[in-house]
Amino acid sequence: MDFGFVGDIFVKLIRALPLTLGVWSLSVALGAVLGAGVTWMRASGLWPLKIFARAYVFVFRSTPLLVQLFIVYYGLSSFPAVRHSIFWPFLRDAFDCAVLSLALCTAAYQSEIFRGALAQVPPGQIEAARACGMSGFQLFRRVIFPIALRQGLPAYSSEVISMTKATALVSLVALWDVLSVALKIRNDTLVTYTPLLVAGIIYFVLNFLLARLFMFFEYRLTPHLRGRPR
Amino acid sequence: MNAFALIGFGEGGWGFALVRGALMTLAVSLAGLAVGAVFGGLVAWSRLSGARVAGVVGEGYAALFRGLPELLVIYFVYFGSSALLTAIVHALGFEGFFGVPSFVAGALAVGVISGAYQAEVFRGAFLAIGKGEMEAARAMGMSRGLAFRRIVAPQVFRFALPGLGNLWQVALKDSSLISVTGLVELMRISQVGAASTRQPFTFYVAGGVLYLLLSAASDRVFEYAEARTTRALRRPGV
Repeated sequence: MDFGFVGDIFVKLIRALPLTLGVWSLSVALGAVLGAGVTWMRASGLWPLKIFARAYVFVFRSTPLLVQLFIVYYGLSSFPAVRHSIFWPFLRDAFDCAVLSLALCTAAYQSEIFRGALAQVPPGQIEAARACGMSGFQLFRRVIFPIALRQGLPAYSSEVISMTKATALVSLVALWDVLSVALKIRNDTLVTYTPLLVAGIIYFVLNFLLARLFMFFEYRLTPHLRGRPR
Repeated sequence: MNAFALIGFGEGGWGFALVRGALMTLAVSLAGLAVGAVFGGLVAWSRLSGARVAGVVGEGYAALFRGLPELLVIYFVYFGSSALLTAIVHALGFEGFFGVPSFVAGALAVGVISGAYQAEVFRGAFLAIGKGEMEAARAMGMSRGLAFRRIVAPQVFRFALPGLGNLWQVALKDSSLISVTGLVELMRISQVGAASTRQPFTFYVAGGVLYLLLSAASDRVFEYAEARTTRALRRPGV
């Protein structure tokens, strides 16, 4: 194997990493906001909101992300009404469409994680907090959120990690992320394995580091599960 | 032509093509799940066997394919398997390029990914079986093979079913990525329809609805299978 060639590929792929990370971080963050909204609708007790939230989660979890991405990127732009609306500068940009559609998808998964985490907060804790005089936002901030965070973190970390893998789909809407640059190098040089292997190593290391980071958070958040210091 | 006629079954409608695509999606996902069961079973076995090298190899495989983007794995398997096949055929003295059919490459790729997750499902299911079951079977005079077939395998299947149901849904969605290899499954036929009629919204929504139907219908099948395999565990009046 020619190491100069591999090094060259590596440098080119690392240059594409900011785009992959940009799509990833923006869609995870926007997905968290939307997901929290969906969870709130589900817990609101108003039936139209509840039905909407359930339908949203069902639709976005049961269809492939690729279909969702293509509906947003190719589908919406085929309507003249969309092309003349105020959303057009946003929707004609492949990057914005990719972030939007990844965020809509992860919002469905994230809202289920939030719901599961909230459901695991013991009612006794909430009652105790109320008995102490907490209510509303204070109750949420001091009691419900910390407990739910601890419960939901393992599932949340796997969702966040699966989102880095999902960003590879943006190569299909003409964005130069790590995978599409690797495919271009493959096409230009006719080398079968090396560019994809280098891309694979980059994704794998990225996910490995993320997994480590979340393990560290989990460790910090669960001091009560650790053994006595010896 | 309005949207409903376009995706309908009449003259010039794409209905039959879409349904054929959906059936292809079903077939390639099923094949992928089956390939994944083989890989997953082997990895679960390697980790449960206690043999250190086998366990490390199994663990490494599972960690690797859970950490790589599905699309990258599909490209790699598709390009890689054809290059490998061509190299083998050249070594045998033939000439030219030999491509692995995209169905085979697709099922293999979805299976390799699914196998990395199925390994955990099978391992968990195996560990859920009481230790006494195997001991009792051995005490009855069954050989290890017979005990595995009669006692262990049916229970592994029962305990693994809910996890497999989830992974089936994942395989069904992952199969949409095989469209990049040109296999005419549901995603691909939606793309072809979208391009040739210039109605992308109609076709991608139609494709999405068919995925939704496949997913919802197969969910029912798994629910039924779960109810059937656990009917011995149900207590009357519960």
